[in-house]
Amino acid sequence: MAKSKSAYSEPTKLGKSDHHIIVVWVDNETGVLARVIGLFSGRGYNIESLAVAEVDKLKHLSRITIVSIGTPEVIEQIKLQLRKLLCVHKVADFNRSDPDILFRELALFKIASSSKNQEKVKKICKKYNSIILDKSKKSFVIQITALRREIDKLITVIKPLGLVSVSRTGAVAMTRGPEAFK
Amino acid sequence: MPKLLSGAEIVFKALEDQKVEYIFGYPGGAVLPIYDELKNHKTIKHILARHEQGAGHAAEGYARSSGKPGVVLVTSGPGATNVVTALADAYMDSIPLVCISGQVPTHLIGTDAFQECDTTGITRPCTKYNWLVKDVNDLAKVLHTAFEVATSGRPGPVLVDIPKDIQFKKGTYEFKKNKNLKLNGSKKKKISEKELDQFIEMMKKSSKPIFYTGGGVINSGPEASKLLRELVSITGFPITSTLQGLGAFPGSDSNFLGMLGMHGTYEANNAMHDCDLMINIGARFDDRITGKIDEFSPKSKKIHVDIDPSSIGKNVKVDLALVSDVNIFLSNLIKRFKAKNKNFIDINQKNIKNWWQQINKWREKKSLSFINSNKTIKPQYAVQRLYELTKDKETYITTEVGQHQMWAAQHYKFDEPNRWMTSGGLGTMGFGLPAAIGVQIAHPGKLVIDIAGEASVLMTMQEMSTAVQYKLPIKIFILNNEYMGMVRQWQELLHEKNYLESYTAALPDFVKLAEAYGCVGIRATKPSELDEKINEMINTDRPVIFDCMVDKMENCYPMIPSGKAHNQMLLGPEDDKEEISAEGKTLV
Repeated sequence: MAKSKSAYSEPTKLGKSDHHIIVVWVDNETGVLARVIGLFSGRGYNIESLAVAEVDKLKHLSRITIVSIGTPEVIEQIKLQLRKLLCVHKVADFNRSDPDILFRELALFKIASSSKNQEKVKKICKKYNSIILDKSKKSFVIQITALRREIDKLITVIKPLGLVSVSRTGAVAMTRGPEAFK
Repeated sequence: MPKLLSGAEIVFKALEDQKVEYIFGYPGGAVLPIYDELKNHKTIKHILARHEQGAGHAAEGYARSSGKPGVVLVTSGPGATNVVTALADAYMDSIPLVCISGQVPTHLIGTDAFQECDTTGITRPCTKYNWLVKDVNDLAKVLHTAFEVATSGRPGPVLVDIPKDIQFKKGTYEFKKNKNLKLNGSKKKKISEKELDQFIEMMKKSSKPIFYTGGGVINSGPEASKLLRELVSITGFPITSTLQGLGAFPGSDSNFLGMLGMHGTYEANNAMHDCDLMINIGARFDDRITGKIDEFSPKSKKIHVDIDPSSIGKNVKVDLALVSDVNIFLSNLIKRFKAKNKNFIDINQKNIKNWWQQINKWREKKSLSFINSNKTIKPQYAVQRLYELTKDKETYITTEVGQHQMWAAQHYKFDEPNRWMTSGGLGTMGFGLPAAIGVQIAHPGKLVIDIAGEASVLMTMQEMSTAVQYKLPIKIFILNNEYMGMVRQWQELLHEKNYLESYTAALPDFVKLAEAYGCVGIRATKPSELDEKINEMINTDRPVIFDCMVDKMENCYPMIPSGKAHNQMLLGPEDDKEEISAEGKTLV
C-alpha cells in the first residue's frame, strides 16, 4: 500500500449511480437558469438533458426538468442544495423506473433519403405518435414523442436510413392521477 | 402618494433601517451617486480601505467579531472582482456580508462598457444569493431581502448590483419584514420530544462519548456558547472543536481536548477515532477534520446538529440528524435532559471513567510540545508568550493562513466566542490584517492582534494605511521565517526538500515599513527579549507591526498526513521517516 502524505484524501469508493429526473419550480427571474445550472456544474453534478419553460404567467413560475445521473448521496445533495436557493419553490426527484411517473421527450427528425427508406422510417416511427411536419421530394421532418431511451434507440435504427438532423427537447415529467406534486 | 426617493437615497434608508453603523468600501465611477448620498447620513460611517479585498475582509472581521452583518460598498468592474475573494471567504465560513456594487447604467449593460463586468455572474457561485436591480422600485425590497438572506439560517454573503442610472432614478421605499423567507430550504420545524429523547438516550448509553463542535455554535450567538458550556458541565463529556469553533467552549477548561483535525491534538483525534458516540454540533465534517473518510471514526454512532440540511449527510452518514439553530436546539435539549436526569454526571461517571483514563493517556503524549531554544525564537514559543501576556485582557485574535495560523490555533487558548477570526474554509492569505481593522472598528479600545506570517501579510499590507487613517491601534504580530512556511513544510515532507519558490528572497524591512506607513515597528530576534518587546507592543496605543524573527525550519506538528485516519498522526520530525509515494504527491 502506497503511503500517501498528501494534503487531500484519496477518493473513497463510490456507490451505484442511477438516472433521476429532477423537477424544479422556480421564479422566472433574471439569471434563474444560470443559478440552477451553475449549481450543477460548480458542484460537479451531471446534466443529461434539460427542459425549461414558464408554466404560470401570472406567478412567473418556470418549471425546469433535469435528467441527472448520480449516486443516491449525490442526488440527495442536489435536492438539498437546490432547495436552499431563494428562487426555488419546490423540488421533485423521480426515479426513472417509478411506474407512477410519466416521462416524455419530444424529438424532430429530418430524413433525406430515397422514398423507400423514407417509408421505412415513417413505419418505424408510427408507434411513437409520429406527425409529419414538413415534406419535400427528397426529405421530410417527423415529430415523435417517446421515452428518452426509446428515442436513443430509434436514432441508431434510422441513422442509416437517411437521418440528417435531430432536435430533442429533453425529458419532461408528470405524476399520474389527480394529485399534483406538492 | 408616498414620497419618491432616489436609488441612492433608498440604499441609505435601507441601511439605516437595518441599523448599519459602518460601511467598508472604495469609491469609483459607477457607485458615485451612492457615495454622494453619504454626506446626508451621519449615523453611517464609511471606512475607506486601500483595496476592495481589504474592505471585504474588514467587513468580515467586523461580522465575525460582532455577530452583525458586515456591509461592503464597491464600484463596478475591478471593484467587484477585487471583492470576490472576500465573498468566497465569507461563503466558506458562513459569515454574513452584504455587498453593494455599482454597475454601469442599464442601457450599457452587455456592451463591454468601461469598468463593466458580469458581477452577478461572477459572484453567483460565491454568494448565498445575488441580485441585479433593474427597477428602482424593486430596490428597497431587494436590499431588505439581502439582509435577511445574509443573516438568517446558515449565514453568508450576498451581493446587490445597482446600475448607475438606478441610483439616480426616483422610486418608492418600503420596509416590511418578509415573513415567508425560507431557511436554507427547510421550513422552520420544531425539534420533537421524540428526537430529544433519542438524543438523550444515545448519550446515556454511550461509554465513549465526545462533543465535536464548530463555527455553527459561534454563529448561533453568545447564548449558544453558554448553553454548550452547560451541556458539557452536566454531562462531563469530553469536547473538541474545529478551527472555526474555537472559543465557543473555554480552551483552558479541563474537558476541552484542544482542536481536532489535520493539525489537531493527539488526544482530540484519537478520541474522535475511538469514540462510540460523536455529537457534532454546528460543524460540517470538513476534509481537514475527517482525514480518510473510510476510516473516520469507524465504531461510533453519530449525531449531527446543523442549521443547513445540505450539510447533513454530505460527507459522513449520521445516525441522528437534527436540522436546527444551535441555540434553540441546546436550550430545548438541556431543559428536557435536566428534567429527567438529575445528577446525571455523578451517576454516569463510572460509565465514562475508562474513557477519560484513555484520553488522559493520550494527553500524556503532549502532542503540542516542541523543543525550545534559547538562541532562536521558536514560533510556538512566541505564540505562547503572546497568550500569557495578553490573556488577562479582552483580546481579539485574527490570523493569516499557514503555519502561524495553526500555531495560533494550537497555542493560544480562547475562552470566549467571537474572539478568534480566521479564514478556515477558503484559507485566504492576507485575511488577517484587514480583518483586524474590522474587529477594531467593532471593538474600540480592545486589544486586536493579527498573528501573521510575513508572506501572507504582504498580500494586504496596504491596509496598514487604513489603520493609520482611522487611528486603529491594531497589532500585526508577524512570525517571520522568510518562507511560506506551510508550503515549505509540504515541500519538505512531499517533494524531497525541493523548496521551489517558497522562499521570499527580498522581504521588506518590516520596521521601516511600519514607519513608512506612520505606525510603529518593533523587531524581536532573541527569545530573551521577546516578553519585553511584546509588552512594548501591547502598551503602544498606535498600530504596530511586530517583526518576530523565528526559526526558519520549524514544522507544524502534530499532523495527520492526508489519506490517513485520525489515529495515524505524525507527532514530530522523528515520526516522519516514511518513503514518499508518487501517488501522494499528485494529491497535494
